[in-house]
Order: sequence, then C-alpha cells, then structure tokens
Amino acid sequence: MKLFGRRDVPLDGDASGRFLPWLVAVMVYLAALALISAMTMSRAITHWQEGLSGTLTIQIPHDQVPRGGPASKANAAPDAIEPILQLLIATPGVREAKVLEPEEIERLLQPWLGAAAGLTDLPVPSLISVTFDTAAEPNLENLAREVSKISPGAVVDTHQSWLGKVRDLARTVQWVAVLVVALIVGCAIMIVAFATRMGLSVHGHVIQLLHLIGARDSYVASQFQAHVLTFALRGGIAGLLLAVGTVFLAGRTLEGSEAILLPEFVLQPLDWSALLLLPVIVAIVATVTARLTVLRTLGRMP
Amino acid sequence: MCHLADHFRWASSVRFCPLDTAIGKTLVRFEDVALRYGAGPEVLGGVSFHLAPGSFHFMIGASGAGKSSLLSMIYLARRPSGGHLHIFERDVTTLSRHETAMMRRKIGVVFQDFRLLDHLTALENVALPLKISGQRDEKVRRHVAELLAWVGLAEHLDSYPPTLSGGQKQRVAIARAVVGRPSLLIADEPTGNVDDRMAVRLLYLFEELNKLGTTIVIATHNESLVARFNHPVVRLGNGGVRIDRRQPGADARPGKGSAA
Repeated sequence: MKLFGRRDVPLDGDASGRFLPWLVAVMVYLAALALISAMTMSRAITHWQEGLSGTLTIQIPHDQVPRGGPASKANAAPDAIEPILQLLIATPGVREAKVLEPEEIERLLQPWLGAAAGLTDLPVPSLISVTFDTAAEPNLENLAREVSKISPGAVVDTHQSWLGKVRDLARTVQWVAVLVVALIVGCAIMIVAFATRMGLSVHGHVIQLLHLIGARDSYVASQFQAHVLTFALRGGIAGLLLAVGTVFLAGRTLEGSEAILLPEFVLQPLDWSALLLLPVIVAIVATVTARLTVLRTLGRMP
Repeated sequence: MCHLADHFRWASSVRFCPLDTAIGKTLVRFEDVALRYGAGPEVLGGVSFHLAPGSFHFMIGASGAGKSSLLSMIYLARRPSGGHLHIFERDVTTLSRHETAMMRRKIGVVFQDFRLLDHLTALENVALPLKISGQRDEKVRRHVAELLAWVGLAEHLDSYPPTLSGGQKQRVAIARAVVGRPSLLIADEPTGNVDDRMAVRLLYLFEELNKLGTTIVIATHNESLVARFNHPVVRLGNGGVRIDRRQPGADARPGKGSAA
C-alpha cells in the first residue's frame, strides 16, 4: 500500500468528478472538429494554389458560330484560336499553351452538369491552358490587351479572383475555428473554476483540518490540481479520439460520392501535433485554473 | 516507554530541532485577551496568563466557560477580538498565512470531535501531518505503525475511522497530534472516550512527550485524572483564568491574570 498515494481531499467521489470529464470530452470534441475543418481548408487551398500558380486560362467565345446554326457545329474551334496561340508562343516566359480537347472540357464540367448533359449541344467556349516558366513574370495586363485585340470576347482568367474568394472563405473558417476554440477554453475555465469552488465548499471541513495541521494553501491547491489534471486529460483524450473517429467516418462516407470538389481530410504531421496538443493545452488551462481558484478563494479567508 | 521515546527522537531529528526552551521565554502569553464571535457578546474577556516552554498544564472549566474557544485561539483557529496573544513569542495578529501554517506545524491538536478524515485509513490519518510538512519517505510508515501500536491500534492500521469505536478514534486523533513531535500540544478532552486504564496510559504518553520538551495543555473534565498527575491546573470560569500551582516551579503568574 502506498502511504502517500491517496488524496487528502476526497474529490474523486464528487459529482464534479463524474460530470467534468464528460464536459471536457465534449468541449475538446467540438474544438478538435473546428480545428480539423480549418486545417483541412487551409491544406486544400495551399494545394489548389500550388496547382494554379504560374497558369492561366483563356476562354474564347464562339463568335464565329452563327446563331441557330446546326448543333453539330457548336463546338467547332473558333477562328481566333490560332492567332492567340501564335501570340502566346511569342510571349516570353510561356512554357506551354494547350487547347483543351472537347472531351477534356466535358470531363471538367461533369461535376457541375452531370454525366448526362450533352455538351456537344451546348456552345461551350474553347479553352487554352497556359503554363509559364516558374521564374517568369509575364505582363498579364499587356497579354490580356493583345488577346482582346484578336478576339474581343476572350477572357484571360488568372484564377486569382476565384482563388481569392476561396481564400476569403478559408480565412473566415479559420477565424471561426479560432473563435470556437477560444470560447471553449473560456468555457473550460469557467466550469473548472465553478467546480473547484464547489469542491472547496463541499470539503470545507477537510480543508479546515488540513489548514489546522499546518497545510499551506498551495498544498490544498495541489490536491485540486491533481484531481482536475486527471479528469481533464481523460476527458480531453476521449474527446479527441471521438473527433478523429467522426472525421474518419465522414471521410469514408464521402469517399466515392460525387463530391470530388470537397477537400480531402488529409492532415499533415504538423496538424496532427496541433490536434494532440489540444487536450494537453485544455488540461494545463484547467489545472492552472484550479490552482488559481483555490489560492484566490483561500487567500480571501481570514 | 523507551521504545516510544525512540520514536520521538527519530521524529525530532527529522523535524523540529532544537526546541525553543530558552529560559525566560513564554510559549503562550495571553494579555487581557477577549474573544467574541461576530457582533455577539464576548465569549471570553480579560484573559491573562502565560505558559512557559516545557510546562504541563491541565485546564478545567465548567462546560460553556469557553475552554474550547480559548484552546482554539492557542492553535490559531481563531484570533482574539481584543488584547494580545503571543504564541512562540509572536503576536498572532501579525502572522501571515504562510507563517500561520508554519507555526501550526509546531502545534499538535487533539480535537474534542477528533476530526479524522473518514476516507483515509488510521495509518494515513496519523501520517497526514508528516505528509503535509513534506515527508514523503516510506520509512514514515513504520514509525506511524509503531505509534499506533503503542496506543493499542496495531490491529487497526488499515481501518477507516467510521468503523472504529469512539475510544479508538480518539487514540488515532492523539497519535496524529503527537506524531510530528510538536513543540506545543493542545488536547481538548483527550480521554473522554476511553476507560481509565487507557486514559492513564495516554497521559503517560503526554508525559513522555513533555519530558522530551513539548509543552502540554490538556483540557479535561476528569478530576480524578487531574488528581493523579501532579501538574498545575488552569481554571477557567466566568470570563477569567486562575492557575493553581500545585508544585514548586510551576509558571503561573497568579497576580496578573487571576479571575474575578
């Protein structure tokens, strides 16, 4: 039998000992989900950005196709394509300029329009995909002006406006995640402070005795700290496991569905360590809160 | 008895040495002390007496005379509402929380209602003062077990207080009060729940501790016990204190604090 193993303040039998691990588990669960969403979002954006930097797309409308003309002619290549390709090849820094085949365009549009859409019947604009050398700093304004001289309806799309919107969305998600985590930490502080004060009053006679036989406030505080640390760690790890399980299940459900636009839940080692830190941070915050609450409450006593 | 002294010699080598036994000092000094609870009437008033280091006093008073209140001021549970109280040569009103805790470690208390922790075994209860003062040595266990055996609880080391009789609980409480070999021992009715034979045995324990330098104050109703041991008696009545010197060299100052 260990003589000094047991806690002098019997907090483990308290109501707080039963409900607090669950509360911490739920809080860590929600915080972990918020963090995972934010991190997945930012990974996806980095991924897209890397894929899109140094590229642009030129859309050329079908100005050459007569209105109400035969449907079979809808996808005939516009005349402007050839001069624009020439222009691009002459532009310094362009590594590749490629006209997308109709099949490729169809594949790209499928997620939006579905497999059944008969693209051959639609006047889909032609697309030229342009890739620049990595070091190149092309004058995009100049290029756009030259392109519109050849084909007034052509659009030079650097993807920046689309990426910018997605980036704004991601930033919003990240701020919401930060807010959620901050609220949860605030909640944890309030709950632990409340439970600690409750424990102090429920075990007032024990604490009074400990004081009378010479215990300092820090000794009493250490009893509460040890209790809070145990339940916060236990609850936090449970909450984190639940969150990871939820994300895993969600990933499995979405896999194979048509939602290929959704970012994958692929987390990097750095993200994992941030997630693992979450229950640790919550446990530290809870422990420090318990200590300060005990010291403050007892310090106010005569 | 020698065995017990060994125990305390061990405890003193670990904790409080040397003892504060300098001649001329007082361990407890009441000067016109008054005590009232909140805005209520005075429970005690005009209390003046002092106890020298190494002394042994009984305290007798009718119930309601304020014995427990007076003792609670000595073990620093209450502060006087008037007058001056010095413990270990320190004015108790000037003590910080830290100093109060440190001073309480030098004071062993046997509470009238024992105040054992029900969720700890007898052994753990008795070891608590040592644990609080920072002794985490597993050797402590052996010494605590010896002390409990000495008060006749060898069979109950791992018993929880609710399963013990009143007399057994009382002996656990006494063991807890003396385990750290305090400089000052306050006992409020420490023999109220044991038979005469055990009461005498416990008094011998206190005397043994006293021989090793601990100042002892024992509040009791048991006049026959008081008669059996030759120690000065602090008599408390009607808001005043009188000390009966029953042997030469007792350290009361009757002129100063005598009762009305």
